[in-house]
Amino acid sequence: MIAHNLVALPVVLPLLAAAVAVLLPPGRKPWLLATGIAWLVFAASLALALRALGGEVLSYPMGGWEPPWGIEYRLDAANALLMVLIGAVAAAVFPFAGPSVKRELGEEKSPLFYAALLLFLAGQLGIAVTGDAFNVFVFLEISSLASYTLVASGKDRKALTAAFSYLIIGTVGATFYLIGIGLLYALTGTLNMADLAARIPEVAETRAAHTAFAFIVVGLCMKIALFPLHLWLPNAYTYAPSAVTALLAASSTKVAVYLLIRFVYGIFGADFSYREMPLAWLLIPLAVVGLLSTSLVAIGQNKVKRMLAYSSVAQIGYMVLGIGMASSLGLAAALLHVFNHALMKGALFMALGALVYRVGTSRLHQWRGIGRRMPWTMAAFVAAGLSLIGVPLTVGFVSKWYLVLAAIELGFWPIVAVIVIGSLLAVIYIGRVIEVAWFEKGESDERCEAPLSLLIPTWVLVIANFWFGIDTRLTVGLAELAAQSLGGTP
Amino acid sequence: MNLLGHYNYIVVVVLMMLGFYTVIARDNLVKKLIGLGIFQVSVFMLYISIGYVSGGSVPILTEGVTLYSNPLPHVLILTAIVVGVATLALGLALVVRIREAFGTVEEDEIRLKEDAEG
Amino acid sequence: MSGASWLQAALAIPYLGALLIIAVLSRHPNLRESASLLTSGALFASVLMVLLAFLRGEPIEARLIELFPGLSIAFHTEPLSILFALLASGLWIVTSVYSIGYMRGLNEKHQTRFYVCFAISLGAAMGIAFAANLLTLFIFYEVLTLATYPLVAHKENEEARMGARVYLMILITTSFVFLLPAIVWTYALAGTLDFRLGGILPRDLDPLITVLLLALFVLGAAKAAVMPVHRWLPAAMVAPTPVSALLHAVAVVKAGVFAIVKVVLYVFGTEMLGQVPAERMLVYLAGFTIVAASLVALRQSNIKRMLAYSTVGQLSYVVLATLVLTSFSEIGAALHIIAHAFGKITLFFTAGAIYVASKKTELSQLRGIGRRMPITMTAFAIGALSMIGVPPTAGFVSKWYIIAGAFQLDDYFVLTVLALSTGLNAAYFLPVIFRAFFREEDQPPAKPHGEAPWPMVAALSTTALLTLLFFFYNGPVVELESGLVGKSR
Repeated sequence: MIAHNLVALPVVLPLLAAAVAVLLPPGRKPWLLATGIAWLVFAASLALALRALGGEVLSYPMGGWEPPWGIEYRLDAANALLMVLIGAVAAAVFPFAGPSVKRELGEEKSPLFYAALLLFLAGQLGIAVTGDAFNVFVFLEISSLASYTLVASGKDRKALTAAFSYLIIGTVGATFYLIGIGLLYALTGTLNMADLAARIPEVAETRAAHTAFAFIVVGLCMKIALFPLHLWLPNAYTYAPSAVTALLAASSTKVAVYLLIRFVYGIFGADFSYREMPLAWLLIPLAVVGLLSTSLVAIGQNKVKRMLAYSSVAQIGYMVLGIGMASSLGLAAALLHVFNHALMKGALFMALGALVYRVGTSRLHQWRGIGRRMPWTMAAFVAAGLSLIGVPLTVGFVSKWYLVLAAIELGFWPIVAVIVIGSLLAVIYIGRVIEVAWFEKGESDERCEAPLSLLIPTWVLVIANFWFGIDTRLTVGLAELAAQSLGGTP
Repeated sequence: MNLLGHYNYIVVVVLMMLGFYTVIARDNLVKKLIGLGIFQVSVFMLYISIGYVSGGSVPILTEGVTLYSNPLPHVLILTAIVVGVATLALGLALVVRIREAFGTVEEDEIRLKEDAEG
Repeated sequence: MSGASWLQAALAIPYLGALLIIAVLSRHPNLRESASLLTSGALFASVLMVLLAFLRGEPIEARLIELFPGLSIAFHTEPLSILFALLASGLWIVTSVYSIGYMRGLNEKHQTRFYVCFAISLGAAMGIAFAANLLTLFIFYEVLTLATYPLVAHKENEEARMGARVYLMILITTSFVFLLPAIVWTYALAGTLDFRLGGILPRDLDPLITVLLLALFVLGAAKAAVMPVHRWLPAAMVAPTPVSALLHAVAVVKAGVFAIVKVVLYVFGTEMLGQVPAERMLVYLAGFTIVAASLVALRQSNIKRMLAYSTVGQLSYVVLATLVLTSFSEIGAALHIIAHAFGKITLFFTAGAIYVASKKTELSQLRGIGRRMPITMTAFAIGALSMIGVPPTAGFVSKWYIIAGAFQLDDYFVLTVLALSTGLNAAYFLPVIFRAFFREEDQPPAKPHGEAPWPMVAALSTTALLTLLFFFYNGPVVELESGLVGKSR
């Protein structure tokens, strides 16, 4: 029975657990429940990914209603990769959340907090697995509403305004998406993604199809935080509790990137997106400008958390570049970077959370000499930072390699330049932190390492950064498979 | 093209623009939410219009009726209304908290206070 | 054990040494230093075993993992790689002895970090030396950059941080902006990155692309300090002297020129480059670097900075010789890697010894110091003569081959550059020697001093002797390196 319903399990489990979490007494119990669920979800998603890696496409009619009338859950290589990613990040961040959130927020409201966390997880996984365009909207809103709440739970009062503007932009984005889906439904009479993909070519030349495409792309770009629609992101990441930031940075925007890929390649088809519509001319310039400008802004920040938030916006530029190249290598590179960036940003924000746990702030000038006081925590930060820069043997290098290869294959030399310059800017902003932390004198030299309950999950992600940087079979395999199945070239 | 025949779509577009403009242009957070609500409602109307089949009856199986309106968009919009209500509720809750924390719901005043904190 | 297992040992030993130093011994200075010495000895021994196996004609290869489909981290041996590995590991032993004297003499802090980073750097140098493809070379090239960064910033003052910043930024920038695209481009063109004698690029490549690619490689391997990407080398002189000596005179810079030689011989192939006239542009660039660096060195007042610019010039000898593309010049390039290493490490050792004994860092302060530190200054003189290329020193041997190579083509540009540079080298080294031995001290030092601590003196005497020895006994090396040009001797 479990094998049969395995596809739905990762969504249903956290959804039910969220309701249970609310009923639990404040304290550690909600956290334990959430962590357990996260691990179960991770195990299930791994099992699913192994089946998808064999080239199998799993289809599951929700409630027994056959597609295209009912809602279909459909798992191919692209969503399998995404599910593993969400599962892995949750499995690492949820254990981390316990001590970190307790220190930052206290435990009185822990049932509600973990309920929101579980809802967020359910929404993300739902988007990943569903094969129905409207169902995507519902899950998108479930995870978004949960993340607004989570951001607002930050203890600084600016967290409230950050959450509010996140809510406004997020809702507008989701509504744009809804408009696009509505128009598509009017044109084709279906909401099933596979069905849509089959019917869109017939209506490709109508203005309604063009409008639908525009609404969906722009709506998703708001969720992705593609420059210049990224303004909600830096504040939301900065003022959310550390564990929430790690989770948001590692999975939230990635899921939206996946959706963009799914729509651009899988549903509308590369032919429509790049021949009928000039998508490359929209995505590539925005990605380039965003990548360079937000990297520069990141250099100027004096709060490390904010710096990493801007760096996230810049990194999204890499993914969008890969999408905009409209080649199957570029698409594979984008998918790889979705996965790899989640690993590095997750690790970075968790290391940051562990540092904040002791220092109490992420202001850079208060991190002087912290490398000597918390060597293992800081080492995790440095290692994840190297991965962000794209040093060989880390996942960052793998994505960069494929991106550069894709750009050279197409002869896009300026993009090669942008990619490498982006890395150099990352060297500068990560280097600043390293310099202050290791090569400046702090007030005391006393050891005050973060507790093991924070260090272990952080290091698990750090090691994953190196593991998947050296053994690329799973990630590259899935990404190439996904790129093939989505059909990269117009 | 028969403009009047498509009057419902015109209403949708007008409402959409009104709502969207309010979201962007107003500084008052509550007004922003109202704008957001109007914006969303316009989309609901778009969906409901799509479901209309000219001459179609209420989508309840009845003897002797063969042409029904499409019920699916209505069902979808029921879900979307729930989502919209939840969003609005959460937004208003945030506004209450913001008012408690900053003493105002005007965006420009809040921004001034935030900048003063640095 | 077979050659391949010795190769694996050579690759692993430095990292094991680093672990040993961190894990067990960080609180015991004596044990820590013995561990460092032991590691360097073991490394040298295993590289020697690799050499013996290579001379027996055993095929020596090691494959670690497949990083991307069709691209592995893999290692092999060929004449140049063994030469580089032997050089780096052999001089590491000497430097370890020297470091013990230096670090203790100055009571430096964070010695554990120092020894650990040193060991990792050597491990990276081994990886570069034995790399069987460009990807592997690139990986270890980056590891070397990152592992040496803490060594440059070692003193933790504003100057050291600034120097380290320049160091890191230039090396990382060039390797990301030039080297990585060059490698990916090569992969896109050739479909492989394996080093093969005679080259892997398609024969019918557009000459313009060939030159562009070569320029990307030459600039990307900024560790070779060809102008205009040489600025990191003077900046790195804020590092403790043993670092300057081994890394910035031997391992790091040699990794740069090694990469260039390797790319010319094994990616392009001399035959292919010979058909591209525009390749001369890079010869001119190297020639310009030699002369310009010598002129800048002439105007330096700080000992280490002068040596740094001298290094910039000497490295371009290797690049120049490689790009002349004749059989003798390729051998000359390989020989110059050794000759310069012996000479320059001696010079840096003496600079460090002078600093530890007398705290002097400026050239003008060296009057009469030859009488207080005769062994040190004699070693300095030998090193300097080798830089100029006067017999009986190592520098003469390599210069001989380079000149012979230039005559194979009647390449008057190269001959002129060599003549000019010899003169300039003499102009900035000879006055120092003269001043040290034949001038009186301005005023006696506050605290009378003699030679530096014995480990330092032992180390610098050894390298000075090696410089002399290489003049008389270079046959086996020439024999070995002839393999680079297909036994054309």
